[in-house]
Amino acid sequence: MSAAITLKEAVKWPDLLASGHRLCAGCAEPIIARLVLKVRRGATMATTATGCLEVATTIFPYSAWRIPWIHTAFENAAATASGIEAAWRAMRRRGRGPLAKYEILDVIAFAGDGGTYDIGLQALSGALERGHDFTYVLVDNEAYMNTGIQRSGGTPYCAWTTTSPAGTVIPGKREWKKPIDEIVIAHEIPYVATVSPAYPLDVMRKARSAFEVEGPAFLHALAPCCRGWRFPPSKTIEVAKLAVETCFFPLWECRVEDGRPLYKLSPPSLAIAKRPERKKPVEEYLRVQGRFRHLFRPKRREDLIDNIQRWVDRRWGMLLEKAGL
Amino acid sequence: MTEAKPGWRELPFGAVPYKPSLEYHTGDWGVERPDFDLEKCTRCTLCHFYCPEGAIGFDAGYPEVDLRFCKGCGICANECPVEAIRMVRKG
Repeated sequence: MSAAITLKEAVKWPDLLASGHRLCAGCAEPIIARLVLKVRRGATMATTATGCLEVATTIFPYSAWRIPWIHTAFENAAATASGIEAAWRAMRRRGRGPLAKYEILDVIAFAGDGGTYDIGLQALSGALERGHDFTYVLVDNEAYMNTGIQRSGGTPYCAWTTTSPAGTVIPGKREWKKPIDEIVIAHEIPYVATVSPAYPLDVMRKARSAFEVEGPAFLHALAPCCRGWRFPPSKTIEVAKLAVETCFFPLWECRVEDGRPLYKLSPPSLAIAKRPERKKPVEEYLRVQGRFRHLFRPKRREDLIDNIQRWVDRRWGMLLEKAGL
Repeated sequence: MTEAKPGWRELPFGAVPYKPSLEYHTGDWGVERPDFDLEKCTRCTLCHFYCPEGAIGFDAGYPEVDLRFCKGCGICANECPVEAIRMVRKG
């Protein structure tokens, strides 16, 4: 079924996130949300944790959601999604209630990196452990962009934010990005994948797989933010592509079968695994973003760039081992 | 002691966004708009998927931009594989 998705077909499917939302020009979040919502199977309900996507799409009295949508606080997007799924199952069982008529219901929770890495982690962990059938989409723009670019657990090493300013003493954030995917995979849920808005077909295929599996599914989407990462709005997709081409954010999917996680690289990353000379140096990804400018000006910080390159190489090597390549 | 307060059934709906965002036009945010060269266009539909606004449609078989919503970010012009899109001043 998922093999049937093509761009030519998908262009005819309706957008469930309507135009007229007030996200910044060049924002990657609506691109991801539109792609994920395009491949829903039928009845769909969504909930969003506090974040850019939530506040900008539902400014009172307007809503950009063409599906039932529930507001949640920062920490409990996964708990609300569990509640929707449990209510639907209860109504199905009793044969009455507004949701009883739906044979399938795709429940989607959208949350940012703040609502996943930091604040919403325990609600997410609980929902994954209880095994609710829902899809959690982590829209990772690597800082609290909604409140003014504060660092989060998802902010990468050396990135400038307003609470990890780069100066003469510290070079931006001093900690590494939290490996959220491994944390989620450790819950032994049936489907985990990383997606990038630069590869729309890949996003739609993975989202469809996530809806189809029984049990919780987790999609980790990189959402370049032109305001917080400091690059021109027109470069959003270019930056998302560079993240994949430098292996800073490789694309893969992981299914748990017989209790064992089976990693599979997705086409853009698989091409790099087969032809390692195609892997670009991480510097190309850092250079286009103003949040890493202090690595190049006024003085080139070779030591820090090397640190990041070694981190990328190590993580990429670990991923190749897991994928059996 | 206190008089009976209305229960949840009697209360009016609170904080329910009731208007579609389509009534809120964001087209005046930007200064530029995409200009399509339909002779170069291969109808690959990538601009439709990359548009953050969902403002580029292919209903007529070729790309059309809805200027009521286009914020002029320029992603479509930057990503078009055959460079059939150029950003021009609005107005």
